[in-house]
Amino acid sequence: MQLENSIRTALSQRPILLMTHLVLGYPSFAVNREVIGQMVDSGVDLIEMQIPFSEPVADGPMILKANQAAITSGVRVEECLEFAAEMTAAHRIPFLFMTYYNILFKYGVERFVRRAKEIGIQGFIVPDLPPEEGAEYLALAKAAGLAPIQIFAPTSTPARMSFLAGHGAGFIYCVARRGVTGRKTEFDAQFGDYMARCRAATDLPLAVGFGIREKADVDSLIGRADIAVIGTETIRLVEAGGAAAVGPFITGLRD
Amino acid sequence: MNTREGYYGQWGGAFIPEVLYETFRELRAAFHAAKQDPLFWQEYVDLMSTYSCRPTPLTGADNLSDHFGGARIFIKREDLNHTGAHKANNVMGQGLLVKRMGKKRVIAETGAGQHGVATATMAAKFGFECTIYMGEEDVRRQRPNVFWMEKLGAKVVPVTDGSRTLKDAINEAFRDWVGSMDTTHYVMGTVCGPHPFPEMVAWFQSIIGIEARRQILDRIGRLPAAVYACVGGGSNAMGIFQGFLSDPQVELVGVEAGGRGLDSGEHAARLAGRDASAGVAQGYKTMFLQNGDGQMRDTHSVAAGLDYVGVSPILSNLWESGRVRFAAATDAEVITALDLTMKQEGIIPALESAHAFVQAFKDAPRLRPEDAIIINMSGRGDKDIFTIAHAFGDPSWKKFIMDRGAEYAAGK
Repeated sequence: MQLENSIRTALSQRPILLMTHLVLGYPSFAVNREVIGQMVDSGVDLIEMQIPFSEPVADGPMILKANQAAITSGVRVEECLEFAAEMTAAHRIPFLFMTYYNILFKYGVERFVRRAKEIGIQGFIVPDLPPEEGAEYLALAKAAGLAPIQIFAPTSTPARMSFLAGHGAGFIYCVARRGVTGRKTEFDAQFGDYMARCRAATDLPLAVGFGIREKADVDSLIGRADIAVIGTETIRLVEAGGAAAVGPFITGLRD
Repeated sequence: MNTREGYYGQWGGAFIPEVLYETFRELRAAFHAAKQDPLFWQEYVDLMSTYSCRPTPLTGADNLSDHFGGARIFIKREDLNHTGAHKANNVMGQGLLVKRMGKKRVIAETGAGQHGVATATMAAKFGFECTIYMGEEDVRRQRPNVFWMEKLGAKVVPVTDGSRTLKDAINEAFRDWVGSMDTTHYVMGTVCGPHPFPEMVAWFQSIIGIEARRQILDRIGRLPAAVYACVGGGSNAMGIFQGFLSDPQVELVGVEAGGRGLDSGEHAARLAGRDASAGVAQGYKTMFLQNGDGQMRDTHSVAAGLDYVGVSPILSNLWESGRVRFAAATDAEVITALDLTMKQEGIIPALESAHAFVQAFKDAPRLRPEDAIIINMSGRGDKDIFTIAHAFGDPSWKKFIMDRGAEYAAGK
């Protein structure tokens, strides 16, 4: 799997990788373009691009508003795909699509996967599509050599984690805590136990997301996870300080 | 009929984030254990006959029947439930389930506010903490229900995202639940959402159809020609329809919100109109009012409880198989039917329920006097006094509001 190989290569050079997130078309594709440029230049290893959906149930207020603002401003799925093609052509790091299942379903799952492959996308994160409902999607993604990223949660039992890992590829996205995106997470002993359960369940690289905001959060993940995911924080940053604030922030996470 | 658990034909399923997987596994287990326990159903029926008014009456609407000169019209009086609507059935049933599961807090979404009031009532009786999510637009439309929820001890959270109606309240309740599921049960108000909610809510509401079938046979010695129910999410419709699903001679008619007309784009008719398509949102697969990208559209209805983008997966299946016929009633038709029912029978249906009356009134004159039809009156209309008085443009009501407003403004 291409994605897992890229991650392993990068991990041989750095103790932890950074994956960032943004909502396509929010506040505009022009700002997205600038933000992605800053992210790549400051050493981000992977980027998940969220195709906006009107009912993003797993997302907190910040990303929810970004989804709705993008849709209200008229952003279409087709524009997101075209923009993604431009980004994968311009930058060498792996890009993923994050979205909700209805976007794939309405586009046609087979057509969506084929298009993503053509664009040069390396995987998908679809938080409302458990393996029980996603047989078609899992088979198509794997046949195309793309990673259907699976998600672990603190509530997942060891048996459930093994089952999920069996359907996953690329890496596992470990949700750091209960609740939605955008709130603070305590990376305490309980979290350490959870990460140990994740590690025991799979050999795939582990990404940790939800509530990572500063260098101390990233540092605390070294040795416990392979990828730190920065989601809401960069959206907050762009709102407060514009696209130019992203580069220094990312650099600061590693210094 | 079911291809696999949680599916009705191609509709339904459980499209849930991983963090809720264990919660749903526990919920399925608790529900199925309760469903197989005859004592549980007996406990439910006992509760509903002592705390609420079950069995609710089947009222013969003689004046309306004579007015239309066709079928004899009967009205199933779910308005006479405690808290004024069929919502109490589902809520009290889930309350008993919450006690079994040992959880201490309940959350719910509400559109018209009836489900919110019923949940707040149940929480007060059983000693649960309670939070209700309600779209800001609905808070504005249904202020009296907000007042009662708060007085019953619930916290009402206005939802300011999206279209600020029922679907957004459901999303917000899910966002609460993904963080609070260890102590909290989500009391889904209708036969929608991820499995097992459609099956669970339909089961509790089936008490309506069980009673109605027995009552009409007692009264006229035969089955009705047709049964009418309004359809928002579809819980009152599923409730009464289940009593007659195995009787092919009984036509089942679901009536959706036609809003300003099916061609206006401002309605909530998923199955009666042509604007909906298959989709997956809010945890289940059904017919949604959405655009070509899969983004949900704004819906409109004079009745907050019908103003919803999706519909029960069970009803989508019954629509696809042709077992249930779907029609739509416009806002204007609803007000006319409501006016007629009040004047003829001294009964005030909720705006939601009045949709079912509209289609029954269209069909009744074409049926024979020996035919009977049943209208499920899902709730009472006095909760809608602000909306109905506004729709009638009642001058003395307006004066009352302005005078009261002036008194409050003057600090009295």
